[in-house]
Amino acid sequence: MAQGNPPTTMDEFVKGLWRENPVFVMLLGMCPTLAVSSNVQYALAMGACATFVLVMSSVVVSLIRKIVPKEVRIATFIVVIATFVTMVDYVMQYLSLALYQALGAFIPLIVVNCIILGRAEAFACRNNVWKSFIDALGMGLGFTFALLCLGGVREILASGTILNFRLFGPNYEPWGVMGLPAGGFFTLGAWLLFFNWLRERRARKLQATE
Amino acid sequence: MSNSTPAAQKVDQPNSLHMIAVLGGFSFLSGFLIFFVAHATEAGIKQNRLEQLRGAVFQVLPGAVSSQAFAVESDGFRPVEIDDPTPGMKKVYGGYDESGALVGVAIEVAAQGYQDVIRAIYGYDPGIGRTLGFAVLQSSETPGLGDLIGKDPEFLANFFASETSQDTLSLELTADGLGLAHAVEFAKSGEKSKPWQIEGISGATISSKAVVRMLNDGSQEIIPLIHAHLGQLQKGSS
Repeated sequence: MAQGNPPTTMDEFVKGLWRENPVFVMLLGMCPTLAVSSNVQYALAMGACATFVLVMSSVVVSLIRKIVPKEVRIATFIVVIATFVTMVDYVMQYLSLALYQALGAFIPLIVVNCIILGRAEAFACRNNVWKSFIDALGMGLGFTFALLCLGGVREILASGTILNFRLFGPNYEPWGVMGLPAGGFFTLGAWLLFFNWLRERRARKLQATE
Repeated sequence: MSNSTPAAQKVDQPNSLHMIAVLGGFSFLSGFLIFFVAHATEAGIKQNRLEQLRGAVFQVLPGAVSSQAFAVESDGFRPVEIDDPTPGMKKVYGGYDESGALVGVAIEVAAQGYQDVIRAIYGYDPGIGRTLGFAVLQSSETPGLGDLIGKDPEFLANFFASETSQDTLSLELTADGLGLAHAVEFAKSGEKSKPWQIEGISGATISSKAVVRMLNDGSQEIIPLIHAHLGQLQKGSS
């Protein structure tokens, strides 16, 4: 985006995916990121649930932003977010009880995910519905991307599979710790190092060309 | 500020009625939406839970090919449908092999865990007085820690017999048949020394102890009743 120009729709979308990725840049939503990224299936399910809640709550917050008094805006946003989380909770039990039970308490805990309230307060309550939708979609997909990055590495190392498809032969020795919470920290640290190295390399290249 | 009039100050005050109306209105809408979704998904969720229960009965009774639900009554067991909705009815499930012989009895149990109530089911073989299996039906325990009570092979080995060990949890009765000879006990990982002990999971002690509690609470009355009225359960598949 050129300096001084208003951000385009694509800028709003891409910022959540990369430039302001909620996990790798803003370090938000760490609790589900570390706990529910032990494999790709859980990461996808959690990412889809959080993205749905994020998009719907951002759209509703943007729609009602002019009629909600500022003194009760946070309480109202929480009511809106909790409504969509409860709906997701029921729908998840309806679609797959096994997956619902695997994700456990982390579905109801989407209510307190800082990314969702953060986007409602920082963006949706100051922008129109279309911009809020694009921003929330970008952030939701950015969160899902981060969960998949962690879930992919952890599932490969902990079980030698991707989406339960076996990648290695019978001699593969699973690295059990990667399926445990400690493995989540190791993997997150490694991805943060990698993405920061990429960002610095890009900055150095830009400096060199100037 | 000195130049602000009382009227201007009054305008700056938040309007309580407006706030109550907005918050109340959104809460009402929220309740309506949640009610609608809960109502729309209720039948499907109930069906999923029933399927899960059916699967769990066969999981905790290895070798069973058919099952029969029984209502627990003071004078024994009465065959009922697995989805019998009678409120407060306590049920057990008999599992039968291909010849119709009783393989074991599946018993539902529950106890408070780390996050919420854990519901589980275990299989019991009245012939040898030991468990045949264990499965978690509902749990909100911490993923990666507490939820291992339903996944960890070493923990599940407390209940499932294997090729190398038939020494599953012992639920033997006293000589008069009125109660368990030994209450189920918790043992730290690697320190199990008695057949009535459950070897817990390191890092998930509260969840492991909840399993011990649910087995004690859920077995003290039902196991003597099973032995006293075994004939009713053996006839179940006929």
